Amino acid sequence: MIITKQDALPISVRDVTKTYGDVFALDDVSLEVESGEFLTLLGPSGSGKTTLLMVLAGFTRPDRGSLKFGNDEVIRKPPHLRDVGMVFQNYALFPHMTVAGNVGYPLRLRRVPKAEAAERVERALETVQLSGYGERRIDQLSGGQKQRVALARAIVFEPRILLMDEPLSALDKKLRDRMQIELRHLHEKLGMTTVYVTHDQREALTMSDRIAVVNFGRIMQLATPQQLYDQPENKFVADFIGDSTFLDVERDGEKLVAGTTVLKTTRPVPEGNNLSLMMRPERVRLLENAASEDVNEFTATVSEVVYQGESFLLYAALENGTEMAVRGAIRSGSFTSLPKPGETVRLGLDSADTVILSDREQQL
Amino acid sequence: MTTTDMNAAGLKRDERLERLKLFGLSSPAILLVLVILVIPVGWLFYVSFIGADGSFSLENYERMIKRKSYGRIFLTTFEVSLLTTGLCILIGYPLAYFMSQLPNRIANLCLITVLLPFWTSLLVRTYAWLVLLQKNGLVNKWAISLGLWDEPIKIVHNLNGTLIGMVHIMLPFLVLPTYGAMKAIDRDYLKAAANMGASPARAFWTVFFPLSTPGLFAGALMVFVLCLGFFVTPAVLGGGKVIMVSMKIVSNIELFVNWGAASALGVVLLILTVAVLWLASRFLKLEQMTGGGH
Repeated sequence: MIITKQDALPISVRDVTKTYGDVFALDDVSLEVESGEFLTLLGPSGSGKTTLLMVLAGFTRPDRGSLKFGNDEVIRKPPHLRDVGMVFQNYALFPHMTVAGNVGYPLRLRRVPKAEAAERVERALETVQLSGYGERRIDQLSGGQKQRVALARAIVFEPRILLMDEPLSALDKKLRDRMQIELRHLHEKLGMTTVYVTHDQREALTMSDRIAVVNFGRIMQLATPQQLYDQPENKFVADFIGDSTFLDVERDGEKLVAGTTVLKTTRPVPEGNNLSLMMRPERVRLLENAASEDVNEFTATVSEVVYQGESFLLYAALENGTEMAVRGAIRSGSFTSLPKPGETVRLGLDSADTVILSDREQQL
Repeated sequence: MTTTDMNAAGLKRDERLERLKLFGLSSPAILLVLVILVIPVGWLFYVSFIGADGSFSLENYERMIKRKSYGRIFLTTFEVSLLTTGLCILIGYPLAYFMSQLPNRIANLCLITVLLPFWTSLLVRTYAWLVLLQKNGLVNKWAISLGLWDEPIKIVHNLNGTLIGMVHIMLPFLVLPTYGAMKAIDRDYLKAAANMGASPARAFWTVFFPLSTPGLFAGALMVFVLCLGFFVTPAVLGGGKVIMVSMKIVSNIELFVNWGAASALGVVLLILTVAVLWLASRFLKLEQMTGGGH
């Protein structure tokens, strides 16, 4: 492929609003996608992520706002003049054309000479590891192959922006995991600015340069996968990305108290009084010896221990009834030696992992 | 008895019994088809080979070849059928397309209006056209008062009238399968085409139209085959000037009481119809092999 990173276009979304009756599908969304970046729109269904993608592709007309590809304002451009590639959720491969017919379709529209078109089709199929499949009919392909053909069709005309609408959601888990890595490699190779929509947080974490968590038609947080996981800005993001349990935190003068524990944290503490402590199950430990200085210690009663193959999940209730979860790896024999329901345990959370969030966003 | 043989015989018997019951359920239908279709058609076939003197003869078929009027009748039949089918496509395809783009509730309402003519009898509809199209009918009167033409013109009792009536009667048979095929086309196909740079017209001709053709072909074929044997409408609106095979069959029986001649016409029409269906099915299969169908 001829695309280089310099050719990719940045996308600038400003104040885009789309309403359906009283419902805000997009509520004043602004977003900058850097040139060549892999950005994921992540959110639950009905959050507005697909609407935003459809605005980028030109299939949904927003009420107002601005959309720029590079320096060009494109918000009023019809979809067929936007020159962006798109992979649809159900692939939308034309059933009346062969694989080569499908992949060559955008080239025929652009009047690319036949010989050159054939070569580019073959190269695109090679890129998605389907060389030699050109003459197959679409209904002869497996789900994974269809996905690759859809991808080949979206990149064959070398668009500078690539949009993907949950392209892996129809595949089984093993194939999905492999395609995630492959898409990532492909993006590194082709370098086009990519906007990817998914509701699968693991997919988003695996693939993205940055993730925009979308809900209520707004962007709740835009950050790298690590920032998003380690330092979510609000309770929605903390809850949506990864597993977490929350404890109410009270301000007692300078001190922060969760249950009976006075919290130590090395992280910034937000303003206000409605605070929560976020705990990732895998960062909470079962303590055997006395806790060291920089560990927050909780005493709880085990309510349930669940076996999950590679790990266990232990639920324990604090004195005030709030439940905490602890996840740990299972090594030989370690599962049987775990505390049993009803036993009292001491749980520890490093001060470096102690993330305190404001509840403010939750009241929207 | 080993455990693997357990119940094997019983299960087999259950399966046989179930199949027998299924056959029992369909036997009335099989009997009906046998009595009202297979036997009469067989009898017709037999009668067509019986001459005027009551012995075996090919004179009924010879007559068809020798007399020029018969050739003309078959030609007229195919011409009228082709014209009707063509006009139905020209009118019906855009109608089906329009309906397929409407929201479901409104589309269903339109569908009912398309089906509405089925609720009145064929004869009534045909005579209604006669009333409308005749010399002093509504169409002529209005056209004259609007100044479209000065004197009453002949719109009925000729090919025009026949076609108007037949297209009207046949249109639903074309619209329904075409509409069905169009409804089944995923809208994402058109979005994908647009996304890759196809203008709306390009997307229509390269994606929507090819995907709708199976329904269009099915509808057109149905209309054509129905037209081949059509009697009432061409008889009433043709005014004796448009003579189709079915009308000749009727006159052979009612006027000349010649069952042999009528049967021979019926047999030839049947063979031609089957030939058309066979050709069409071959054509459609070819279409599928080149990726035309689903």
